[in-house]
Amino acid sequence: MTPVLSVRDLRIRFGSQEAVKGVSFELAEGEALGVVGESGSGKSSLALALLGLHTDAEVTGEIRAAGTDVLAASPEELRRLRGGGVAMVFQDPLSSLDPFLRVGDQIAEVYRAHTGASRKEAAAKAVQVLDRVGIPDAARRARAHPHEFSGGMRQRALIAMALALEPRVLVADEPTTALDVTVQARLLDLLDDLRADTGMALLLVSHDFGVVARTADRVLVMRDGEAVEQGPVAQVLRDPRADYTRELLAAVPRVDAPSGRTREITGEPLLTVTGLRRDFVSGPPLRRRAVAAVDDVAFQVRRGETLGIVGESGSGKSTLARLIVRLLEPTAGTVEVAGDGRRRDVQMVFQDPGASLNPRRTVGDAIAEPLRVHGEPEPEKTARELMARVGLDPGRYGAYPHEFSGGQRQRVGIARALALRPRLLVCDEPVTALDVSTQAQVLGLLAELQEEFDLTLVFISHDLAVVRQVSDRVAVMRDGRIVELADAGELYGSPAHPYTKELLAAVPRL
Amino acid sequence: MTWYLLRRLGAVVTVLLVLSAIVYALFYLTPGDPAVLACGRGCNAERLALTREKLGLAEPVYAQYWHFLEGLVAGRDYAAGPDVDHCAAPCLGYSFQSDQPVLQLITSRFPVSLSLAFGAEVVALLLGVSAGLLSALRQGRPEERLLTGVTLVGYATPVFLVGLLLLMVFCAYLQWLPFPAYVPLTENPGEWARNLILPWAALGLIQAAVFARITRAGALETLVEDHIRTFRAYGLRERQVIRRHALRGALTPLITITAVEVAQMMTASVLTETMFGLPGVGRLTVESVGSVDLPVVVGVTLLAGTAVVLSNAVADVLSAVADPRVKLI
Repeated sequence: MTPVLSVRDLRIRFGSQEAVKGVSFELAEGEALGVVGESGSGKSSLALALLGLHTDAEVTGEIRAAGTDVLAASPEELRRLRGGGVAMVFQDPLSSLDPFLRVGDQIAEVYRAHTGASRKEAAAKAVQVLDRVGIPDAARRARAHPHEFSGGMRQRALIAMALALEPRVLVADEPTTALDVTVQARLLDLLDDLRADTGMALLLVSHDFGVVARTADRVLVMRDGEAVEQGPVAQVLRDPRADYTRELLAAVPRVDAPSGRTREITGEPLLTVTGLRRDFVSGPPLRRRAVAAVDDVAFQVRRGETLGIVGESGSGKSTLARLIVRLLEPTAGTVEVAGDGRRRDVQMVFQDPGASLNPRRTVGDAIAEPLRVHGEPEPEKTARELMARVGLDPGRYGAYPHEFSGGQRQRVGIARALALRPRLLVCDEPVTALDVSTQAQVLGLLAELQEEFDLTLVFISHDLAVVRQVSDRVAVMRDGRIVELADAGELYGSPAHPYTKELLAAVPRL
Repeated sequence: MTWYLLRRLGAVVTVLLVLSAIVYALFYLTPGDPAVLACGRGCNAERLALTREKLGLAEPVYAQYWHFLEGLVAGRDYAAGPDVDHCAAPCLGYSFQSDQPVLQLITSRFPVSLSLAFGAEVVALLLGVSAGLLSALRQGRPEERLLTGVTLVGYATPVFLVGLLLLMVFCAYLQWLPFPAYVPLTENPGEWARNLILPWAALGLIQAAVFARITRAGALETLVEDHIRTFRAYGLRERQVIRRHALRGALTPLITITAVEVAQMMTASVLTETMFGLPGVGRLTVESVGSVDLPVVVGVTLLAGTAVVLSNAVADVLSAVADPRVKLI
């Protein structure tokens, strides 16, 4: 079979920096190729190059896509190729659609640009493809604006836009990264369906080995702009040839493997939450209504224990975290920390280490600040010691957050949280923004620190695999309530609640 | 939406009350005899006494202010003996110099100012939006630097200087255009436009500079957004990407700034009208200040305040119409 997409010795250079260094691969009709790599591996640059979308990069080599020589094509040939021959679905479905225009109109506009169809035909086509990708009540929803769609629906709308043009190749760049697992599972099913129906080929770019393993026939592993390994998915997973692939696979947290944490937790309860409820009020006057983000939540965490809390977006897990550290006051119920209940005993590690550090202050200052606020002696000396403890060079006390990588910034965040020697650490999605190998290191660090500082952890994440690996007990949240709370092994081994079962079934496995 | 409009209306009323109190205080409580000021030039003792009685200056200050507010809602009579001047609601005051209610004075001049403002706004939007868009698309190239330079010079140049230059070049030197004299639109539309071209240009060029900068910033911001990339990746022509998607993103800040610029526009039109000798509200203001016709000054200030507050409210509603994500609560 002749390939619909063939790439030979592709090199992409931004100024003096080479993002892609000689990658070659082929994609046959109906085939699915997964491109896996960590951030900075060049996988997104590669995807954009397939459509000739780079404007400030020097691209060399050869790309033949759906019969077009991309690097030699005229602007008009490229325009026809884009969407018509090769369509692309992007990571962030919210920002990928024009917020000002109706979803149906956007699809119709693209359809007309390629087919010259009448307005009416294009509008009908938009409804038809929206229906095909599983948007309920498509005729009505076509008139909605993107912000009225959920994340999963927006991504479906973008796929519908591609589908309308019947492309021969669909390039999907991290299409499910911003979505919840259950939504992700349905979206990946949809891609499988469409591929079977239309015979289009799929190039799936992802940092998530699980997603690729579930969907692709073959996989290409990228690192620093080079393809380190390429082959059938089953073979690469079972018998990886490159060391890097092996490391990467080892770092992926497994949802179907026990964590190896077999600690007996016998301490006194440190954190006791009873009848906790938090309402948020919204809507116009007279029609104001209270929505309970956290509703009737109760649990205990023993000293030295790690309680994992999993839930999808909107389940109330972040609100719960903020209630525990008293960034929010509860509407009803109590949060009690054993002992004298000092605020410094409870600290928090935030999700986005870039956004939760002040870019205009040095990292040393960031760590020393809580010490200064509480009048501790020698804040700077303690801050340097903490930096050394979390694996940062204390000599970089005066450096600014942007000079650090994501993983290092999260280490700064952890050091800052530890500065006051808290007894309870609440971690809200602490490794979500990190690559798997960095993720493994940060999780390792947290485990060490837990032993050393006798910490009790509340670990909040949407990632079921990560939570399994770090937790003694796990709570599953949905719509503000805890639907199931059990020992990690038990909850993952034999989930009791149907929602827990649904979540676990949705996680792609290696 | 209904709630929003009601609340907004409440805010407008509050702002105007505060404004009227300040204006009232400033003009009536300043040192000097208000009756002398209101009576104006050519005043004699008899007229002064009459004016004092008509203005109700014997009453305490709060009562005077209350009568002023009453007049706004219900109209009022300025009476001294048999001589009664009626001022129908909304009564902004009575000019004893020209023996007319203030509102009537203003409305007779209003079409001139409206003609000027409307044309200037059209010039400003056409020039400003196209210059802004062009400099966003040519970012970093010599054309953009030139455009940016020109708009900065335009923004920094006072309107009377631009007006003077235009008059010198087009009326005095080239003699292409007549020295502006207002002809009502209803009488002769062609002459109306021909006479207003220079004032429009003078007032519009300054505004265009502001619009150009706002459009440029808005378009640049939108051009790097992900959805622009989406439509490029789906094979839309660049022209269409810009017209349908990039320009749309610049629209909302443009609406907001247009409202803010209404105040700027009114200040500049005082100068423009004076400079080109147009009998508009701006010149009325200047004349009233010159002849110390205080009721007119108070009336114009209040109306100008109303225009600014209302145009901002209208802009907020328009932004919500332009951007479906904006909810008016």
